[in-house]
Amino acid sequence: MTASPTHTAIETVIRLESARLIAGLARYAGGDIGLAEELAQDAVVAALEQWPRDGVPANPGAWLMTVAKRRAVDQFRRNRELERKYAQIGRALEAEAGDGTAALDRAADGIGDDLLRLIFISCHPVLPVPARVALTLRLLGGLTTAEIARAYVVPEPTIAQRIVRAKRTLADAHVPFETPGGQERPARLSSVLEVIYLIFNEGYSATAGDDWMRPDLCHEAVRLGRVLAGLAPAEPEVHGLLALMEIQSSRLAARTGPSGEPVLLLDQDRARWDRLLINRGLAALARAEELGGSHGPYVLQAAIAACHARAFRPEETDWARITSLYTELAEVAPSPIVELNRAVALSMASGPAAGLALVDRLAAEPALRNYHLLPSVRGDLLLKLGRVAEAQAEFQRASELTSNARERELTAQRARTAAAHLPGAPTGDPAESPGG
Amino acid sequence: MRFLGYTLADPATPIPEPTPDLYDRMGEFVAEATNAGVVVATGGLAPFEEATKVRYADGEFTVIDGPYTEAKELVGGWALMEVRDKAEAIEWTKRFLAVAGGGESTLRQVYGP
Repeated sequence: MTASPTHTAIETVIRLESARLIAGLARYAGGDIGLAEELAQDAVVAALEQWPRDGVPANPGAWLMTVAKRRAVDQFRRNRELERKYAQIGRALEAEAGDGTAALDRAADGIGDDLLRLIFISCHPVLPVPARVALTLRLLGGLTTAEIARAYVVPEPTIAQRIVRAKRTLADAHVPFETPGGQERPARLSSVLEVIYLIFNEGYSATAGDDWMRPDLCHEAVRLGRVLAGLAPAEPEVHGLLALMEIQSSRLAARTGPSGEPVLLLDQDRARWDRLLINRGLAALARAEELGGSHGPYVLQAAIAACHARAFRPEETDWARITSLYTELAEVAPSPIVELNRAVALSMASGPAAGLALVDRLAAEPALRNYHLLPSVRGDLLLKLGRVAEAQAEFQRASELTSNARERELTAQRARTAAAHLPGAPTGDPAESPGG
Repeated sequence: MRFLGYTLADPATPIPEPTPDLYDRMGEFVAEATNAGVVVATGGLAPFEEATKVRYADGEFTVIDGPYTEAKELVGGWALMEVRDKAEAIEWTKRFLAVAGGGESTLRQVYGP
């Protein structure tokens, strides 16, 4: 006799099936993901009624899909004239033989393509970036609005509104449910990668709230990256992003001290780096490099992260290679933040004076005016050069610029330490590579 | 969080040799679980009779080769899973067992590093 499944078990099955279900339905709904989600929800309600009694079916995904399609056909037949929004999906399904189950096998074959289309539409450039993030977590991650709101430390109605508006925007813009090709593809793919990396970074270095990191968001992003790598295996940048995230994730445990304070890259206990994730990251980087072509920004950042990951001790870090990778990165994706990272690498490869010269050229950069890592890096370099009073002022400024409580404590602490050394010798406290 | 799942079997009722069809279906399942970002490492273990035990007691090392008379279980394949919670690990294990056609899997949460 089969024990009746628990509520948790049923919810878990539904969460795991959610993205595929919505993706499959979205194709029938002509890309109306709002409608697809509504139909999916109807099927979920049916599952929550029947599964506790009858058990979870052997193929829960197919069960949910069949129920959702039947429901769509019913709606269509009942309200042929009234419910215009069901017209497309109804016609698509009626065109199929019988009750639609004959098409299930075909649908299952194409589910990977549908998932990829769902990722592309969720990250469509017509949407504001926060909406892309929320929609991706909702539709691809299967997270509830409450979970997303908690992760981003914003009220739940804000996320719910964001998702509703995003779906309306996509419908109004008649965005097709397709995998973009041709000239459009690179920009569209780049938006997908950006959204996933934003989710990762929000977890890796939280911009708001009291915790420095929210590892759950990192895990969501890594999971999305792995799924994407399975769906678009011919794209080097997809593997590049995955490699970057796997390697950075390997340091999650080492990045905080006993009381939750941040620990900088060169101060981390490398024995606590997760070798499994490092190896996965290096493997993903190798796949990206095997695919050839010129290196994109994610492959280059992954290659930089790999330099750190390969060094068992900080002294073994190949700073010359990191500097040259940053130079390459500055060419394909020029940004003041990349320049700042290049300055840090250069200071490690060629001494603090060389790094400081580069940093000082960035001081006038408007994009960095309120970026806390600029004074933080400058403070480090000044400290190494023995210019302690100036270093202290920079750390002070850095601590005033960050909105993250943990990071503020860290920089304030460094300001105090620098002050304690006045007029002492440089401590040689290594700088963090902000990109590392 | 991570879970290690491994299968146990009673040596008194040996597992029949897997058919080519089962190999294929299991291959597909492992690919699916890997592409979903869940299985992060997997492998198989050589039979328990071929295992070697290294013991250290009272300052002395003993190396013992099989077969072992006290062998009560065999461990075959294992998978390291990265999941949101234990319920997800259980669900993926159910799917694995459904493909395998039967058996018993043990799930252990993995801490660290």
